[in-house]
Amino acid sequence: MSPTDQTSDARSAIPDRLQSQLEQRLKSWESLLLLVAIAIFVANSFASPYFLNAWNLSDATFNFTEKAMIAFAMALLIISGEIDLSVAAIIALASTAMGAALQLGAGTPVLILVGLGTGLLCGAFNGFLVTRMGLPSIVVTIGTMSLFRGISYIVLGDKSFQGYPSDFAFFGQGYVFWVISFEIVLFTILAVIYGIVLHKTNFGRAVYAIGNNPTGALFSGIRVARVKFILFLLTGLMAGVAAICLTSRLGSTRPSIAFGWELEVVTMVVLGGVNILGGSGTIPGVVIAAFVMGLVTFGLGLLNVPGIVMSIVIGSLLIGVIALPRLWTMWRQR
Amino acid sequence: MQSVPAADPDPTPVLALDGITKTFPGVKALSKVRLALYPGQVTALIGENGAGKSTLVKVLTGIYQPDGGAIRVDGKEVSFAGAQAAADAGITAIHQETVLFDELSVAENIFLGHAPRGRFGLIDWAEMSRRAAEILKSVGAEIDPDHKLRDLGIANKHLVAISRALSIDARVVVMDEPTAALSHKEIHELYELVETLKAQGKAILFISHKFDEVFRIADRYTVFRDGQFVGEGQIDAVDEAALVKMMVGRDVSQIFPERQSHIGEVVLDVAAMSHPTEFADIGFTLRRGEILGFYGLVGAGRSEFMQALFGITRPSAGQVTIDGDATALTSPAEAVDAGIVYVPEDRGAQGAITALPIFQNVTLPSLRRTSRSGFIRLAEEFSLAREYTSRLDLRAASLDTAVGNLSGGNQQKVVIAKWLATKPKVIILDEPTKGIDIGSKAAVHAFMAELAAQGLAVIMVSSEIPEVLGMSDRVIIMREGRMVAELDRAEMTPETLVRHAAGI
Repeated sequence: MSPTDQTSDARSAIPDRLQSQLEQRLKSWESLLLLVAIAIFVANSFASPYFLNAWNLSDATFNFTEKAMIAFAMALLIISGEIDLSVAAIIALASTAMGAALQLGAGTPVLILVGLGTGLLCGAFNGFLVTRMGLPSIVVTIGTMSLFRGISYIVLGDKSFQGYPSDFAFFGQGYVFWVISFEIVLFTILAVIYGIVLHKTNFGRAVYAIGNNPTGALFSGIRVARVKFILFLLTGLMAGVAAICLTSRLGSTRPSIAFGWELEVVTMVVLGGVNILGGSGTIPGVVIAAFVMGLVTFGLGLLNVPGIVMSIVIGSLLIGVIALPRLWTMWRQR
Repeated sequence: MQSVPAADPDPTPVLALDGITKTFPGVKALSKVRLALYPGQVTALIGENGAGKSTLVKVLTGIYQPDGGAIRVDGKEVSFAGAQAAADAGITAIHQETVLFDELSVAENIFLGHAPRGRFGLIDWAEMSRRAAEILKSVGAEIDPDHKLRDLGIANKHLVAISRALSIDARVVVMDEPTAALSHKEIHELYELVETLKAQGKAILFISHKFDEVFRIADRYTVFRDGQFVGEGQIDAVDEAALVKMMVGRDVSQIFPERQSHIGEVVLDVAAMSHPTEFADIGFTLRRGEILGFYGLVGAGRSEFMQALFGITRPSAGQVTIDGDATALTSPAEAVDAGIVYVPEDRGAQGAITALPIFQNVTLPSLRRTSRSGFIRLAEEFSLAREYTSRLDLRAASLDTAVGNLSGGNQQKVVIAKWLATKPKVIILDEPTKGIDIGSKAAVHAFMAELAAQGLAVIMVSSEIPEVLGMSDRVIIMREGRMVAELDRAEMTPETLVRHAAGI
């Protein structure tokens, strides 16, 4: 078919790769996004004299660390062709459960277990409905989004849980070393773990296979339902982790906690180059996207730009960055 | 317009391609090809899969823009910016599978995108209906243009697709394997339609794998091989052997590989397997080194049974024994572990993950072997993929090429390589050579014989009688979900197969 293999002995003629991995990486989405991140960083440091300050930058990371933790698991889920829109509601339910445990006199270790456990249970419920009942994940998780947060509202009404123990505050407010917060450390560790899981393990390969062709994956002996169930569990678990960090940072639980975060998480994932229809995307891309979103919000905050304008900027950024490569190829084809 | 005698083509073609080149990443799909279409004549485009025929159709219809070369309409050079531009130039295509819209009326389907307009630019429904009826009549279809498409049968839908192609005032009609999905009777009606179009002076490009068809209907031929132009001429001036030689670049015997069967002990024993709706009471044994054919008409339940055996669907009853161990196969993963693998008929949807590279497709079911405690080892993957793809003589630019960029025959080789790498005991091949070119066909047959010789048990589902007769040691014939006959080599003749399959 191709002119390169017209030798009489095609048996040894197929090379492993035509492009080196380095070359592929340089031409990738992630490289483009990294340039965007650097540009925003430079622009910010010119725009505000307060930007290039270690403590200010450290504060800025709280804009994205919790959302990014969920975004890692969400990236895998979206690559597999599913989605979970209930993650913010899981945070609310997990935080409410922790608050309720607090009222019963639970200490920090129990609070952690309650937060993680609630996340896992919610993930398992979503996963069961999608993989066992065969329901579409977008519908299921829009439903559980209302369900989980609804439970929070019933339990709390217009009240709030407060008075978390002082050692619990470490997860959202503590620093490991100088300006390095616990959250940014956890973010980094999770980024590495999810990067390895997606890019270096058989499980990650199965995720790509399922996202590209679920029938083909099933016919290749992949346990499709099991992999998807695990992904829903992981996403729920990460929402639980984020619930612990956020509750710890705020020091209280209200039913409106993390309201609207599901769309910010999905935005982060898509900005990171994950195909919303499944099949492709990388963890490094999501990491860079997290920084881009954090830097934009922080930079605009320093300039006293109101929140509603910020969301306009983030929206435009998403569309702009997604459209850029498309415009580039269209221009090249002319 | 008048039909032009075949022997003396009009000196200026309606449409001429000259030096057309189209390159995709890693693959040169077309390299300086030419093609000329004359009014009132049928030109057959012949070539193996991967010869560049489909790419050419896409260039003709404005879907792809060529990297080089000229397209001339009536001698004037043109370029098609998109599908609409090609349609405006009077070029239309009838594809193998045309996308139609079930919820729209027949007339709307025919005129979607170019409906006749009345006052204020609104659709003139009466005019649309009238013209749709006219076109339907011209293709010999008795269909009410106001019916919803979903109420129509497959054959009538096909006629709607043809009517749609003719609804633009076409001068060039491209037919891409138009008979692939048609019954015998419908094929004859299509031939008549082609004659009508010829008489109207339209230039027709007819793409087909079937030689009898080409010799029956074409006036001229053009042959491509590996994306290059090989030859053209009047169809009366060649014979089948000459065309085959041009297509593959060598003499190909249609003879099946000579095999000396060494049939060993029983590997697979299936007893009384049934399914609520698809098949009932299937039972047979399969031995090492044996090729067992499954013959039947389309819809006889063969694929459905194979998919149940592979753990995709759940049978309602039955017992499967592999190497003496009773096994319940409830998922493909378990079937693979037990040593049964399945090469499905539908390569694109079920067999391969076309967006992923070749090496990842090959290693997908074998990841446990190429990895260490769940972590991928690329070097091991490439070496496994290289080993099995080279055994099948795969042609590709690199092992990192997406499977979707390969021709049908090479995709099939990737799927087979994937399963051989799992070292199976039983391999099920469902229509293994359907829609692949002669060269790849011979390679698959030779390889099947080699596998059997190495002691693998092979089940081959096939609807091609020569293939069943040429390859099988034994054949099971199914009709309406049941086994109706089991014949050994001596009892197999084309007549007995057809008689049992049709139930006469």
